Parts: sequence; structure tokens; C-alpha cells
Amino acid sequence: MKKYTEKVIEGGLAFSALLTILVTVGIIYVLFSESLSFFSEVSLWDFLTDTEWTPLFTQKHYGILPLLTGTLLTTGIAIATAMPFGLIIAIYLSEYAPKGLRKRVKPMMEILAAIPTVVYGFFALTVVTPWLQSFIPGVDTFNALSAGLVMGIMITPMVSSLSEDAMFAVPKSLREASFGMGATRFQTAFRVIVPAASSGILVSIILAIARAIGETMVVAVAAGQQPVLTLDPRQGVETITAFIVQVSLGDVQHGSVEYRTIFAAGMTLFIFTFALNHISYFIKKKFQEKYE
Amino acid sequence: MNSLKLNRFIDTAFKYVGIGFTSISLIILGIFLYNIITEGIARIDWDFLTSLPSRKAEKAGILTAWTGTAWILGLTAIISIPLGISAGVYLEEYGKKSRIASIVEVNIANLAGVPSIIYGLLGLEIFVRMMNMGSSILAGSFTLALLILPVIIVATREALKAVPKTLREASYGLGASKWQTIWYQVLPASAGGILTGIILALSRAIGETAPLIVIGALAYVPFVPQSPMDEFTVLPMQIFNWISRPQHEFQVNGAAAIIVLLAITFVMNGIAVYLRNKWQSRINW
Repeated sequence: MKKYTEKVIEGGLAFSALLTILVTVGIIYVLFSESLSFFSEVSLWDFLTDTEWTPLFTQKHYGILPLLTGTLLTTGIAIATAMPFGLIIAIYLSEYAPKGLRKRVKPMMEILAAIPTVVYGFFALTVVTPWLQSFIPGVDTFNALSAGLVMGIMITPMVSSLSEDAMFAVPKSLREASFGMGATRFQTAFRVIVPAASSGILVSIILAIARAIGETMVVAVAAGQQPVLTLDPRQGVETITAFIVQVSLGDVQHGSVEYRTIFAAGMTLFIFTFALNHISYFIKKKFQEKYE
Repeated sequence: MNSLKLNRFIDTAFKYVGIGFTSISLIILGIFLYNIITEGIARIDWDFLTSLPSRKAEKAGILTAWTGTAWILGLTAIISIPLGISAGVYLEEYGKKSRIASIVEVNIANLAGVPSIIYGLLGLEIFVRMMNMGSSILAGSFTLALLILPVIIVATREALKAVPKTLREASYGLGASKWQTIWYQVLPASAGGILTGIILALSRAIGETAPLIVIGALAYVPFVPQSPMDEFTVLPMQIFNWISRPQHEFQVNGAAAIIVLLAITFVMNGIAVYLRNKWQSRINW
């Protein structure tokens, strides 16, 4: 009897674990099936090469390129901000900072990471954009630069904490050997620790890129809703995520092509983040136990 | 300057660069909070918390928003906690070396990186349409529960990992079965860690906006939700709606609502950090 109960419980627990696979299957099924219906009406070639994205206008164009450049532009600005900030903070906290300071700064970084993203959007729109307008001519009310910068600040804690963990995991003996040879902390950090922790640092940056690509509220609030093919960061752009928000807020008929565009856009987004996540998982698994 | 001096100079210089960058990010956090508080604090009063939304900024309140957030918080917790803990227990205690477990593990790592808006698309198709829940609180809760499931699973596994083998072996030695050992020994011993993870996951859920927009949560709800099948709005939705308007009065409302949302988020994070510290210092295996 007892044995039977044990089996039932184990089965129940296994079911919960398998449910997570069902979630992935569900996501892929939903995105694929709706995208398939979308591509039965819009050719894949147009989707990938048309330079206009106007599914909500009378003159309809379904070219994903403007949304892609919008996404890559804001992501690029975010990573260009978060990478130097995150890595320098990580090196400082791991190799230079006294223990007490490290203990106090880390929770503050966690606060930055816990703030809801819509709040960052407000910050971008009401503080950063006016500040940028004060010294850069031609900055629109909604622009890629402000959204990208704020997104960079938002993902800095992610880069710094993951990289710091990687640097912290480098064995002490390597540091001591380097110091024993007469190297300074700077030399040790850049010639010993950073190369030794490079896989972890790379993972932190890849995950940060995936996060920035999928980020929604900051760009929906601050980057605008104009799907134009531009790389000028002072202009408003529309990202893939912002487009999904725009359609969701309006009243688009279920089953129409307009409705399906959000799944085609979502599919594009999913492919990018899925690939990035798997690359980072692979790197992590492959190089994890190098020093143990 | 010889090379020794130069190296020492670079070393010291980088120390100040490090201090500078760390301070800048904390100063930005400071400016940010200061700006929101000065903008919105004067707007917060009893009426603001207990009024229905309105087309007039000065009359509008966040009653429907925070009651919606409370509903979502409760239902998401009810759905996600049992599932998350069960899956975590299975992966850590039962299926550790099986093939399925390793597939599930890769899968969870991947799910944790899926953008939240994609979960919104999943919820829209599965819960809102196929299961006919409509844009209800229940559909929103299921969507957010799936979103935070990986976080709870990972936290559960970490907490279980910290329980020493000796505890399990002592229990087996007394004749307890596997499940008895887990239920009476391992889970109570890891409760602090699991609870910390759950609170952090839930605090993330109440800050989410994008998936709820996609499943069709409304920005303007003129009534307080009475049942899980009602339509709803939540604090982040209300904030998004207000800050998207050009009028300054609505921006002020947005800032005030942000203060309320941040207060809830920080309190939850504070409780989680407190529990983590208490749990870590109390149990010294």
C-alpha cells in the first residue's frame, strides 16, 4: 500500500516537471500554427525583404525589416551601455572592492534589477529624453537612444552579477600565482581573471542581448511606434515587441491577417532569443568545470 | 616614468574608474527614485487609493488597479507554487540522472530566457481563446504562473541542494520511505530557501505588463473585480496607460501609481532578503 502511494506521488511530481516541456511545446505550437496561416496570405519573401511595415494601414506592407532594425538599434545601444558598465563594475567588485563594500553594493544592484520595466519606461520618457534633447539637436520625443540607454542601465546588474560570479569562481591560486610574479591587480584582472572567466562573461553578455531583444515596456513607452527603416538613434522606431503591444491595445479582429502579424512577429522574436539562450547554455555546459 | 610606476599608476587609475562606474549606476538609481517621488508623492492620498479610474486626472484613482494586482498575485501564487515545488522536487530528488530530467533541465533554462511577451501570445491563444476564459483574471494568472514557473523550480532545486545528505540518510536509517523523508525532513529544512524564491518570483509577476497587455487586460476598468472570471487591470497597466498620455496631470498620476508599485515590490524583495539572511544564519549544516 505504502509502495503504491509512493509511486502515485512520484508520478504526480514527474507530471509537474513534464508540464514545463508542455509549455515549450505550447509556445512553439501557437507561434507556428498562427504564423503558418499568416504566411499562407503573405509570402515569406515579402516578409523578409519588403522595407515597409504597415499592416494596420489601408496600403498594407508586411516587411519585418523596419521592426528588426528598430529592435537591433535599441538592443545595440543597450548592450553598448551595459557591457562597459557591467564588466567594469564586475571587475571592480570582484578584484578591487573591500569585502564590506561588495556586500553593500550587491543588494543595491539587486534593487535596480527588481524595478518593474514599465517604471524604466517612465524614466526614459520623462527624465532621459528631455536630458538628451538639452544637448543633442533633433532628438524626437520618442527615440531609440533614450530607450536603448535606459534598457542598458536596466540590464547592467544582470551583466555585472553574472560576470562577477564567473570571476569569483576563478580559483584563488591563479590570483596568488599572478601576484607572486609581481603583477598588479589590474594586470591580474585583465590577463588572468578575465581570460579565465571568459566563458562566464560571454554567457552574461549573450543573455543580456536576449533580454534586450525581448524587452517590451521600455521601448513601448519611450521608443515610439513608427516602423521606419533607420539607424538614426534620435528618431522614433518601432521594435518587434512594441508592435505586438500596439496591436494588442487596439481592437483587431481575431482570425484576421492583422491579428496573425503579432504571431509572425513573435515567432521572429522567439527564434532570436531561443538561439541566443541555447548558445549560452552550450557555452556554460562546455566550459563550466574547467578549473575544478 | 618607468614601467613599474606606470603599472602602479594604471592599477590605481582603474580602481577609481571602477569606483566611478559603480557610483554612477547607483547615482542614476538615486536620481530616478528622487524624480519619481518628488513628482508623485503629493498626489498620493486616501482618495487616490480608493477612487475608480476617471477621464479626469485629478479624480482618477487606483482602486481597480491594486485590487486587480491583489487578485492576480493570489491566483498566480495558488497556481504556480504547487507546480513549481513539485517539479523542483522531482528534478532534484527523483529524476536526477535520468534522460528526461536532463531534457527538462535544458528546457527550463530555455523557458527562463523566453521574453515575457511571448508568454502573452501563448496565454492569448491557449487560455483566452481555446479554453474560453476571455481576458479574465484567471487567464492572466495562468499566463503569469507559467512565466514564473522556471524561477520557482530553480529556487526549489537550489534550496533542496543545500540540505545535507546526512539528514536524508538519518531519515532512511529510521525506516522512512523516500517520500516520507522528503515531506517530513527535506522540505521543512529547505522551506526558507523555497519561500525566498517564491516571493521573488511573485514580485516579478506583479511588475509584469507586457503579457497582460497581449492577453487583453484593459487599461480602463470602471469596476472592482468580483470573481476570477471578471475583466481586470493591474497597477503596471494603469501606469502604462497614464504615462502614455501627453497631459502632465496624468504623468503625475503615473508617478504616484509607480510609488505604490515600487513600495509593494521593495517590501516583497525586502521580506525575501530578510528570510534569506535569517535562514542562512540559523541553519549551519
